[in-house]
Parts: sequence; C-alpha cells; structure tokens
Amino acid sequence: MATPILQPVERENYLNKEYGVWSWLLTTDHKRIALLYLLSITFFFFIGGFFALLIRLELLTPAGDLVQADTYNKLFTMHGMVMVFFFLIPSIPAVLGNFLVPLMIGAKDLAFPRINLLSWYLYIIGGVMMLHCILTGGVDTGWTFYAPLATNFTNSNFTEAALAIFVVGFSSILTGLNFVVTIHRMRAPGMTWSRLPLFIWAHYATSIIQLLGTPVIAVTIVLVACERVLHLGIFDPKLGGDPILFQHLFWFYSHPAVYIMILPSMGVVTEIIACFSRKRIFGYSFVAFSSIAIAVFGFLVWAHHMFVAGISVYSALVFSFLSYAVALPSAIKVFNWTATLYKGSIHYDAPMLYAFGFLGLFTIGGLTGLFLAALGIDVHVTDTYFVVAHFHYIMVGGAVMGYLGGMHFWWPKISGRLYPEGWARLAALIVFIGFNLTFFPQFVLGYMGMPRRYFDYSHMPEFQVLNVLSTAGSTVLGVGYLLPMLYFLWSMRYGKPASDNPWNAAGLEWKTASPPPTFNFDEEPVVTWEAYNYEELDAPHKSEVPVGR
Amino acid sequence: MYFGIWLTLLVCTFITYKAAFLELGRFNAAVALGIATFKATLVALFFMHVYHASEKLTKLVVIGVLFFLMLLLGLTMSDYATRLWS
Amino acid sequence: MADSSLTPVHEHHGEAHAAHNPALLHHFAEPQQQRDAASLGMWVFLATEVMFFGGLFCAYLIYRRWYFGDFGAASKSIDATLGATNTAVLICSSLTVVLAVWAAQTARKTLLIAMLGITMLLGLAFLGIKGVEYKDKFEEHHVPGASFSFENVPIPGHPGEFANPRHAQIFFSLYFVMTGLHALHMIIGLGIFTWLFVMAWKGRFTPEWNTPVEIGGLYWHFVDIVWIYLFPLLYLIDRHP
Repeated sequence: MATPILQPVERENYLNKEYGVWSWLLTTDHKRIALLYLLSITFFFFIGGFFALLIRLELLTPAGDLVQADTYNKLFTMHGMVMVFFFLIPSIPAVLGNFLVPLMIGAKDLAFPRINLLSWYLYIIGGVMMLHCILTGGVDTGWTFYAPLATNFTNSNFTEAALAIFVVGFSSILTGLNFVVTIHRMRAPGMTWSRLPLFIWAHYATSIIQLLGTPVIAVTIVLVACERVLHLGIFDPKLGGDPILFQHLFWFYSHPAVYIMILPSMGVVTEIIACFSRKRIFGYSFVAFSSIAIAVFGFLVWAHHMFVAGISVYSALVFSFLSYAVALPSAIKVFNWTATLYKGSIHYDAPMLYAFGFLGLFTIGGLTGLFLAALGIDVHVTDTYFVVAHFHYIMVGGAVMGYLGGMHFWWPKISGRLYPEGWARLAALIVFIGFNLTFFPQFVLGYMGMPRRYFDYSHMPEFQVLNVLSTAGSTVLGVGYLLPMLYFLWSMRYGKPASDNPWNAAGLEWKTASPPPTFNFDEEPVVTWEAYNYEELDAPHKSEVPVGR
Repeated sequence: MYFGIWLTLLVCTFITYKAAFLELGRFNAAVALGIATFKATLVALFFMHVYHASEKLTKLVVIGVLFFLMLLLGLTMSDYATRLWS
Repeated sequence: MADSSLTPVHEHHGEAHAAHNPALLHHFAEPQQQRDAASLGMWVFLATEVMFFGGLFCAYLIYRRWYFGDFGAASKSIDATLGATNTAVLICSSLTVVLAVWAAQTARKTLLIAMLGITMLLGLAFLGIKGVEYKDKFEEHHVPGASFSFENVPIPGHPGEFANPRHAQIFFSLYFVMTGLHALHMIIGLGIFTWLFVMAWKGRFTPEWNTPVEIGGLYWHFVDIVWIYLFPLLYLIDRHP
C-alpha cells in the first residue's frame, strides 16, 4: 500500500474539528483535555527537572558551595513536590488515561466530561499556586512536610504550597471518579470485564486508590493549615499533640500514592509487551487481579515509612510483614510479562525498548523495596541515598519509562503522525544509560551511609566520585528526555501520517482513525473477541512482517 | 415506611442522649457508638435506598469504603495501642 | 457539540431518545445509563467524603484515648441538649428529603417543592443552633488560640482532679475543625438544595428524570450520617455526674 507523497485529504478529527483558544479551553472532549494535561504536566516536569539539575550540581563537590543550606532545602522540596504532585500522579492517568479509556472501552467520552474539564482547571489552579509559591521563595520542609517543622517552625511560604497540593488533590479525585464510573457504566456492548485491556484494569485500580487515599491527605492538609494559620495545634507536642499522628495520616495517602504512580505505567507496559511480542498476555486474570491487589494491599503498608519515627515495635513488625506481602502482586506481574515474552515474536521498536527498560529497572527498584521493608536493614539505610535510589528506580526507571513508552506507542493515535523511529530508539537508549548512571551510584552511596537531603558531605569526601558519576548521568538523562520533546513536536508538522493501526495492535482504540473523530467511533463497536487477539490479527499476514509502520 | 424509620431514629437519638447520663463505665462509649451505627445503617439502607438497590455495586461501594475506613482507624490504632507494650 | 454532518445512521436509536428527553447527554446511549452513571458517581464521591472525614475521626480517636479525662471535661462543657436538638433537626430533614425524592418520582410537584423548602429551613435551623453553640464557646474562651482558657475544670468521675488545658485545647481544635467542616458541607448542601428548589419550581423534574433530586438527597443523607457520629463522639464522652 503505497502512501502518496501528497498529504491525504484530512478527515475531520478531534484536532481539526474546531480551532481557536476557547474551543480548547472550554472543551469537554476527553482527547483534547488529555492534550491540555500533556502540555501542563510536561511544563511541570521540566520545572521539577530544573530543580533536580541544581541539586546534582550542588552535589558535585563535598562542600556546600553552590547554594546555601536553606536554598538547598528548598531545591529538594520543590523538586519532590512538583514531581510527585504535578507530574507523576497526574501523568499517565490524566494524559494517556483520559485519552484512551473511552476509546479502549468503546465509549464516546468519559461519564462526566465537564467534571473532566474541571479536573484540569483544578490542576492549573493548583499549579499556579505552586508556581507562585516557588517564585516567592519556595518551601524548605521536604516534600513530606512533616509537623512540627511545617506547622510551626518553617519560615517559608508553606501554607500556599499545602493549599496548592490540596487543590491538585481534588483534580486527582475527580479523575479517579470519572474513570471508575466510566469503566463500570460505559463499556460498549460485548466489552465484558474479562475482555478489557489490562490498561483499563490498571487505571481502574489506580482510580480506587485516588478516590480512597487522596481525601485523607486533603484533610491532613486542612489540619496542618489550621495549625499553621490559626494556631490550632493538633500535632503540636507543646500541647500534647503527636507529630507521629501527622506522619500516619500523611503516609496513609502517600504510600498508596506511589501505587497511583506505578500502576498506570504497568498498564502501559502490558499493552506494549503484548503488541511487540505479538502474543496475548500470559495469565490475563492474574495480571488483572494483581492490579486490584496492589491497590488494596497498598493501603496496608504505610507505616514502613515510619519505622524509625517512634512507632511501636509491634506495629512496625506488622507493617514490615505487610510490606513484603505487597511485593507479591507486582512480582506476579513481572512473571507474567516475562512469560508473555517467551516464544514471542519480539520487535524492538521504541515503545518496546522503554518496556524492556521498565522491566529491568522496576524489578531492581521493587527488590530494593524489600531491603527497606526489613526492619534491621531499614534502620541502617533509612534517610540515606539508598532510599532515594530505590524510589527513583521505580518512579523514573519504572513510571517515567512507562509513560514515555506509552507516549511513543500511542503517539500515532493521538497526533495522526509517526515519530522518527531511529531518533526514538536512540533517545530510549540514552535515557536508559543516563538513568542507570545517575541512580545506581546512589544505591552504593546510601549503603555507604550518605544521608539524603544533605547539601554538604565534606565530612565524607570519599562520596564525591559516585556523586560526580551521578551528576554526569543526570545530564545524559536530561538529553534523553529532551529528544522526544523535540521530535514529537517535529513530527506534528513533518512526521509521516499514520494509518489507523500502524502497529497492527489489538484494542478498540486502533479500530478508529488516527487521530480519532470527536465522538471516537463512526459506529458504536460491538465486541465479540477476547483481548489481545494477536493470533487473529497476525493470521492473514503470516507471510509478511506483522508489525508494519 | 419512611415515617417508621424517622420515628425510630428520633427515639434512638433520645436513648443515646439519656444513656449518656447513666453510669455505664466503659460501655457508655460502646452504647453511644452502637446506637449511632444503628441509626447510620437505617439512614443508609432505607433513606438512601441501599437496601432496595438494584445494583450490587452500590452495596459494594458502601462496604468497600467502610473497609478502608476501618483500615485507617484500626492500623493507626495498632501503633498507639501497642506503644507502651515494651 | 452535536454535529449532524458526522452523525451516521446508527445514531437514530439515541436520537429517538434524545427527542423524547432533552436531558439525555450526547455521550450516553440511553437515559438509564445516564441515571446509573450519575448515581454511581455520587456514591463514589460520598465514599471519598467518608475518607475525608475519616482522617479527622482517626485523629479524634487517638487523642480521646490518650486524654480521656481531659476530653471528658471539655465535652461536658459543650451543650448536649443543643447537640441532641440538632441531631433531631437533621433526622427530620432526612425525612423531608426522602419524601421529596418520592414526590419527584410520583410527579407530586407541590409536595416536592414543600419538602425541598422545609429541608432547607431545617438546614438553616441546624446552622443557627450551631452558631449559638459557637458563640457560647467564644464567650467562654474555649476557642483555641491566644485567648484560650480552660482552668480549674474538674474531670468527670475524678473528684479533685482538673483537666489539663493543653489537652482540652486539642479537643476544642478537633471540635471546631470537625463541626466546622460539617457545617461547610451543610452550607454546600443548602446551595445544592437551593438549585433543586428553583429547578423544581420551574417544573423541571419528572418521574422520568429526577436524578438531581435523588443524588442531591444522597448527599444530604450523608451529611446527616456524619452528624449522627459527631454527636455522641463530641458531646457525650463522659456525661455522667
């Protein structure tokens, strides 16, 4: 099928249906809202990345010579807050989820399109508040803003940051609400629960966490704000309050929050691995139920962030045990992905490279989590760079890799264009190398005892070599992140137009045009096939290369 | 039927109020919370129509959220209740 | 947003319904689906509200366990009669709400408007009584902050012992935050019911379509349930003489 050199006549799709700023700012089309989110979170990603760069620059030398101590505190705090609340938590659900959930289940839109738009505006309002906070000096409490530092002693503009997080929290809750109702109520005829793509199961589980966990941190922020502004004093030890209570309430959300960050990424990886091995996922039910299990178990383990905070030893034992249990469903998924790859017809396109990166890095990150779940080891490595490396392996090596893989995989669907495959594979490789160079040394540093949140390590100058490696890696990583930005933008103008299904992938989203029309499908789909029917998809093309672009 | 539930709720409120003034030791709290739970259940089942809900999902949502609420309260209490054991 | 140029033949099913019921939104296939979605949406939202208040109940339970005597003394100083009255007020308002829903489902417009109106009056009564309570607390210097004072208040059941003012201040902090948040939800509820009242007045609710009344009612009942727990926990900790 020769593609003509001239541009084909453009069908009406969600991008060209209406032009003008207001058609975007007042849209209720889930696909446009997804793009609005894409712009917003990319912006905050680079803000958070900028702070990371400054941190790494400071840590090049043992002395605290680039910035002052207070400033450094603000750097790592703002890096954490921006990355966690304004990038990682929204990223995949708000961009890929918003775009794909209705498409994958055969619906015309989400259940509550106007609430979806509201959700984006709440994100923007929270984002503006956070930006204002940054511009007026930032916060220095750490992204975990423990009482009583945050409530009583910090001189920074903490209340505004806390309220900004409160507002984006509601954005998150509304997204979750929309997804749960949509998945329950708006599946196309024939789209039973067991035919849903596992991406949907992952987002369903994520939404449950968003709904049940975020309100708890919201009310905690209310209490903290009351304490700081009205001097009410609930966590104040001078009044007999318990600062550890703050930590319980904070981590009750913030631990499940990390599952909000990783579950969607797992969903993306599942789709990619199935497509680029040309096989149905091994153990569909296991993967589906593992997603739900991660969501539920994730609520049982929060105090493993508090092992050395002063909680009861018996309680710590229980939480330690439960923390081992929560690793099980994740492990089940890794086994199932691996089994899917076995005897598959593997294609090394860029999305698959990211998925491979995810598999390895998430496994390392997850295993090091088990180190931390062991009480004895945790006492030694808590609040060191070991923890920092652990969560970056999962958040960056896992979640961000999954996000990038997903962006590449669905880019043809979203934009109607193909990205340049050569550059994309190169970028994936650069990201992988840069990532490991940045964060693997941090495992060693942490194990050797370098504390986190310290800007001056001149008492242990032997840490410098690994720190220099880490900073070098971060530069490489930055380049790796910049490349997709550039070639995605380039592709919107100069990329080859994409067909409906350039990957010959399974899934309802591939049965409509790239980009899709505003109401997603020309005719309401009726599903009569199981998920991941790659055998059927490849059967007529057995003589050709199955995956074509 | 609604009036029956309404009267029951008012009577329970009255009982809760009066019972608080009796010397029941540890059971004061149990009685008060027990009656409150009974009232809340009545409101949920009959005023919010959970009892006659055609969808099992509604009941699942209610039970589910109560489960997670108990997790929050219970596991947090497990720390405070056992702090002085050693 | 509907555009006829892209609407192929298959849409006739949905369009027939749309012709019947202008309230059907374009992305739903039929009214029952829309109704089910709205109902599930409200239930899921109420679940988030349960967790929202849940955090406060968690804080409350922990401190009550720690400072039972001080909390008892503080609890005794708030007016249980007013609290009980407020409970009764809310229970009556739940009754009027459920009658309003029934009226909407059975096309009894006058009853619907009356019930919505009475619900709002009861809600205002609740807030009024709350206002009186807050005023009392303010006058007694029981509002946490610089002017807080709770000296020489005996602990119930322990003659000769006095409550620790610092711990009592924690009680009052929780009291104001919990009842304040609850009152805020009441005010939002009143706003919702004002809108429902106006819509009902204009005759917008029919037996086929009265979803806003139903889900507004769910919200109101939830606010009632929160108070059903707040009342014994805050007002009746240790009342025996």
